[in-house]
Amino acid sequence: MSDKTVKITDENFEELVINSDKLVIVDFWAEWCGPCKAIAPILDKICDQFGDKVLVGKVNVDEVKQTPVKFGIRSIPTLLFFSNGEIVKQEVGLQSEQTLIDNVNQIVS
Amino acid sequence: MLTKSLVNNINLMTDKTIHKTIIIGSGPAGLTSAIYAGRANLKPIVFEGNQPGGQLTITTDVENYPGFPKGVMGPEMMDLFRDQAKKFGAECFFKHVTKVDFSSKPYKVYVGDEEFLSETIIISTGASARMLGLKEEDELMGYGISTCATCDGYFFKDKNITVVGGGDSAMEEASFLTKFAKKVTIIHRSEMFRASKIMLDRAKNNPLIEILVNKSIKSINGTQKDGVSSIVLTDTISGQESTFDCEGVFYGIGHNPNTDLFKGIIDLDDNGYILTKPDSTLTNIPGVFACGDVQDDHYRQAITAAGSGCMAAIDAEKYLEE
Repeated sequence: MSDKTVKITDENFEELVINSDKLVIVDFWAEWCGPCKAIAPILDKICDQFGDKVLVGKVNVDEVKQTPVKFGIRSIPTLLFFSNGEIVKQEVGLQSEQTLIDNVNQIVS
Repeated sequence: MLTKSLVNNINLMTDKTIHKTIIIGSGPAGLTSAIYAGRANLKPIVFEGNQPGGQLTITTDVENYPGFPKGVMGPEMMDLFRDQAKKFGAECFFKHVTKVDFSSKPYKVYVGDEEFLSETIIISTGASARMLGLKEEDELMGYGISTCATCDGYFFKDKNITVVGGGDSAMEEASFLTKFAKKVTIIHRSEMFRASKIMLDRAKNNPLIEILVNKSIKSINGTQKDGVSSIVLTDTISGQESTFDCEGVFYGIGHNPNTDLFKGIIDLDDNGYILTKPDSTLTNIPGVFACGDVQDDHYRQAITAAGSGCMAAIDAEKYLEE
């Protein structure tokens, strides 16, 4: 995991995601999931581009037990976009860089 | 709205360089062509597309690629291909080509509004999982319907799930899914299986796998909130319908070539595969080459794709010399 993203756990979810003043992209992933690895550098780029406006949080579904179940995750990668504590967008499966950039632009502007 | 200079943090976007070759796609074909093109000093640019590494990144063990007697994990293998390509000077980008223009030289490739110019193009866009075309797919894909057993099998622990298909992919997916599922039922529309004998036998001998033949899926019942609950089957011989309880449907019914970008631009066969001149990767457009699954409906193996990727680089190099 890069240093641009934060590790989300069941314990810190509320503080880091729900109570955040930024757009938080929560990335549900696992070590054995190829497309999850492919989406990781794209999310790093989004961190670079949007700086302080966006936070990318990673939920490793092997380690974090409750949060994936709470959000009904049935496929990875799944990205949930949180703004002011609410899910404003959701993407299931590998997305192109352009789609993700468009999504973020739409939400932060 | 971000300006171009912020969006494009790579120098090559802002100049009008005419590249020697641009490779579209990054499976074994694309990355092998990148290795050879790199070694021929063509300084290839690779646009990896929406599935960097290609179809092998959504599989687990690759047992039949030569050189790996102990097998190798698909994603790992593609990382090795990419490392090797970069070693010889290929530049790889996780960008997805959205449009091409081969009407005049230099050829143009577009990623959104970014334009790239090149003297030659190597097309290795591969193929994508075929859907059944059911209306429920829009809603339930990722919520109980899946085209990636390795990505999603984990979420179906101790559940009854189904795999649709009769080829090697379907057999492999079914076998893989028995690691998680309580039971896996393979659903196939006939009694004839395309699968290789070894894969079919493995599935048949697995106590957790059941095979239903002569059945096609008419519809899938479920919601995004609760997932899939059952499917409606039609018997392909009698026409009789039945309901089958299950909580997941994994598609393994083959692939369609990724050639939407090239419709009306390059000659395609009736099934959408790029037509190449016999024993070469030449398309009907001089300087445009096609390799891998995008032009192969017959073999579709990583090793044949890699072989044709090598051919494409050699064909491109020869073209540039003339």
